[in-house]
Amino acid sequence: MATKPTPRVRVPTQAKPGELIEIKTLISHEMESGQRKDAAGKVVPRKIINKFTAAFNGKTVFEADWNPAISANPYQSFFYKAAESGEFTFTWKDDDGSDYVATNKLTVA
Amino acid sequence: MVLKSVEKTRRETLAMAAIAGLAAILAPRLSLADEQAVAAEIKKLYGDKKFESGKIKLDVPEIAENGLVVPVNVDIESPMTDADYVKSVHVFAEGNPLPAVVSYRFTPACGKASASTRMRLAETQNIVCIAEMSNGKLHMAKANVKVTIGGCGG
Repeated sequence: MATKPTPRVRVPTQAKPGELIEIKTLISHEMESGQRKDAAGKVVPRKIINKFTAAFNGKTVFEADWNPAISANPYQSFFYKAAESGEFTFTWKDDDGSDYVATNKLTVA
Repeated sequence: MVLKSVEKTRRETLAMAAIAGLAAILAPRLSLADEQAVAAEIKKLYGDKKFESGKIKLDVPEIAENGLVVPVNVDIESPMTDADYVKSVHVFAEGNPLPAVVSYRFTPACGKASASTRMRLAETQNIVCIAEMSNGKLHMAKANVKVTIGGCGG
């Protein structure tokens, strides 16, 4: 099977107050849709990341519910309006119950 | 369908016409069934509420060469203040075995109701995007994507 999913996040480290920043995330994951059949004709069971959450200083700012129609190695980008310094926490929830977490600091000055 | 000989026989021509006719009869019915699946999903979420057009910029390629990775960008016009912001956005694909693609929940802290991801599309089809505003208003947009190689099964 595939190796442990590794998240990659691109966030600016510094921003001006009120500045709109774009956050780009990518995580390695096969996103098995549950629609595919293996060589023996059996359906490959679904295993996807079903939820992505972005929080800043513990407060949720953006959420995405992913369905099997999301491509392998899912990419997600969104925006955030910088207000204060703090830390982003990005969480990916897998069908198998595991969480993949990444954190990024943002300095607002 | 590639015909090597330029001179088509009468039989071939008739067969072609028959296939084309059959396709014309079947095609609208097939797409209607898929449209209904999406409509059912939307009804589950919002009942019989009315949708307005506008405000949504649904950015998908006109032609996707690879149905496994199709970029989809939504951009909803909104001031994104505490009083007036985009609450949620749902994206559906009419021609996929499972119509739901992605659901986003925005907050005023986002500053801009815009998000991008990549999706799988089984075939050429319509993409439907609906947005729910904080004041309860609903908006809808559609876009067609032509898929050269499907992204399901295989």
